[in-house]
Amino acid sequence: MCLAVPARIIELTGDDAVADAIGNHIQIKTTLVPQAKLGDIVLIHAGFAIAVVDEEEAQKTWQLLADLDNFSKTDKRVSG
Amino acid sequence: MLDRINIAYSQIDKAHKLLGRRINVMEVCGTHTVSVFRAGLREAFPKGLKLLSGPGCPVCVTDQGYIDVVLSLAERDDCLIATYGDMIRVPGRKGSLERKADRGNIKIILSAQDALNLAKQNPGKKVLFVAVGFETTAPATAIVVNEAMQQGIKNLFIFSNHKLVVPAMQALLLDKNNKIDAFLCPGHVSVIIGSDAYKPVVEQFKKPCVVAGFEPMQIIEALAEICRQIVDGKPQACSLYSAVVTGAGNKTAQKIIEETFDAVDGYWRGLGQINKSTLKLKEKFSSLDAEKHFKVEFIPQEDITGCRCGQVLCGLIDPPECGLFAKSCTPDTPVGPCMVSSEGACAAWFKYARRKRQK
Amino acid sequence: MSANDKILLAHGGGGRLTDELIRNVILSTLGNYSLNKLTDSAEIKIGQTNVCFTTDSFVVKPLFFNGGDIGKLAVCGTINDLAVSGSKPLVLSLSLILEEGLEIEVLRKVLHSAARAAKEENVEIVCGDTKVVEAGSADKLFINTSGIGLKLLKADIGFERIAAGDKIIVSGTIGDHGMTIMSHREGMKFESEMKSDCGSVAQICANVIDALGEDIKFMRDPTRGGLAATLNEIVNQIELGIEIQESQIPVNPTVKAAADMLGFDILEIANEGKVVIVVSAQKAQKCLEICKQCEKGKEAATIGQVVKNGEPLVELVTKIKGRRIVQMPYGRELPRIC
Repeated sequence: MCLAVPARIIELTGDDAVADAIGNHIQIKTTLVPQAKLGDIVLIHAGFAIAVVDEEEAQKTWQLLADLDNFSKTDKRVSG
Repeated sequence: MLDRINIAYSQIDKAHKLLGRRINVMEVCGTHTVSVFRAGLREAFPKGLKLLSGPGCPVCVTDQGYIDVVLSLAERDDCLIATYGDMIRVPGRKGSLERKADRGNIKIILSAQDALNLAKQNPGKKVLFVAVGFETTAPATAIVVNEAMQQGIKNLFIFSNHKLVVPAMQALLLDKNNKIDAFLCPGHVSVIIGSDAYKPVVEQFKKPCVVAGFEPMQIIEALAEICRQIVDGKPQACSLYSAVVTGAGNKTAQKIIEETFDAVDGYWRGLGQINKSTLKLKEKFSSLDAEKHFKVEFIPQEDITGCRCGQVLCGLIDPPECGLFAKSCTPDTPVGPCMVSSEGACAAWFKYARRKRQK
Repeated sequence: MSANDKILLAHGGGGRLTDELIRNVILSTLGNYSLNKLTDSAEIKIGQTNVCFTTDSFVVKPLFFNGGDIGKLAVCGTINDLAVSGSKPLVLSLSLILEEGLEIEVLRKVLHSAARAAKEENVEIVCGDTKVVEAGSADKLFINTSGIGLKLLKADIGFERIAAGDKIIVSGTIGDHGMTIMSHREGMKFESEMKSDCGSVAQICANVIDALGEDIKFMRDPTRGGLAATLNEIVNQIELGIEIQESQIPVNPTVKAAADMLGFDILEIANEGKVVIVVSAQKAQKCLEICKQCEKGKEAATIGQVVKNGEPLVELVTKIKGRRIVQMPYGRELPRIC
């Protein structure tokens, strides 16, 4: 029920931040994640960061997306 | 990737064999419903698994009385309506916000913060913030409420209808007609409440509760984990969305929700009254509470003949089993709430799965 | 039919409601053989010469955006309608509706941009009109155009030419224009590296027709309503289906991230410098090569094919090899948080 996207904090003053999502710069508030630092990846929903994304887990997700791209270009089919 | 998928599917087949019937997993979250449809997964799953749609669509479960109040306030010249885009097309008794858009006082916002800014920029107007959404969205509202209070803002009024997921899950399982074997738990609500929040559901009802991310592979593997728990006979509350979901959740967010709202009994369209399932502003914030300021009167819900949204939201039927589906009830002419929201099961089914040309 | 007695924003979105308005209100009143075809341009015979004639209006907000402005958009948009109809664009008209209070410097900039675009494409703006309306009656500046093009001899374009097995090519990344505009919108403003694809596809269209002639069955520029609208418009006319591969659809990652952020489906977002080409299977590879040799077609891709099975629908094969339908969009993309 909730759209949330990951983005990297590129500016941070107090709880006002700018986060970069692949070239889109969004103004957000980090009030809900006081531990967030410059350079952290955060999950953003309705203008607020709601979680700091674990960098290692983020890597796994990006790898998953890359694997999906590779899989999609093969002829292999999924049997259901 | 194919190997991972096949491993997951064989897990599902195992559970299917063990139970001797299909496993019914309820996707609590509308975003999961849409993700599954968008990835075209429904038909690709093993036949032993059935996904039931759930009540995780805040727009779908917002009752008609609430919408009617918003619409009547939109008629007033002294009011600006600040709303997320999701609510624009929801029909009340006499139309929707979309149909009133030519009055120019309806503003689509992307952030709760925008509602506060709108109030500051328009001191002569009363800004009504249509605060819907589940626990993912409630903290943002709470922050704005507290900021408005601190800054002495007098023209912002929060019309809160935030809903809580776990009470709804419990209410569904208490219905003896339910077909639910397990829950695929919402990814982003769980960021806030933590996967431990589902432990009471597991303890009371012995149904697996697994939190999943939104990528196809993440959903497939969460479903496989559910089936593994069923085969092992050990239901758990756990998360496979480790990038952002912890057992405890976001404590800062939980605290601000507790400090700002009371959980009261509330009406869910399609499900009826659910105890302690809706968030209303605490007494100390009455000056910002739209219900108090506008002396809101809720007119009781009308039943729409033939509309089976209630059964869709409880996972008892699939949308095409409703007699109105794709006939009088379409995304352009929605009768019930499940067709209105882009995350509603009926709208998603119509948009992504209906193999009949729109006439 | 939906019970609308007033015009909604969605009626201008190029999706279902636009379709409804055109069929039920406009065609029912004005319809004739030419108009009923609902092509991007009308083909008219003047003496022995076949010309294409089109008209368009531009109401984009803001007037200036990353990658273009309303002036460039007006010229290129009209050129594109002529080009995808298989004609060489020759002349345009340009009519201005100006809101009282508009800075003249703004008007100058827009007109310079239109002039530059016309010059680059070797078309002339040969006539026009100017009207001024009271403050509040128009949003700064609206432009209406019309255009005439000379039908290319080798062009034989039409819905009726499309056959099962034909391939579908798109000339580049989708959703760039619509998402760029969205990033400028009030209430949504965010800085972005996104750039509108506002530009002419005339070179691509001319080159493929010149090389492949009647193997080019159909072309359309996927503007409002995006790729989803264009593909649905096709299936609605031809009683055949279309199958496309998600993995083949070119998308700029920044544009996709912006769409994900706002809850939009990239297939439904407008383009202003792209062409969808339906080409015979045997010439599809050659067509793709020609597109890629053009400046505006470097990211062209073959995304699918025309199929004959069951109901005529647009079906997407997803990256995980699932299948789902692509519907005609409603006509108004609303940002979601849920």
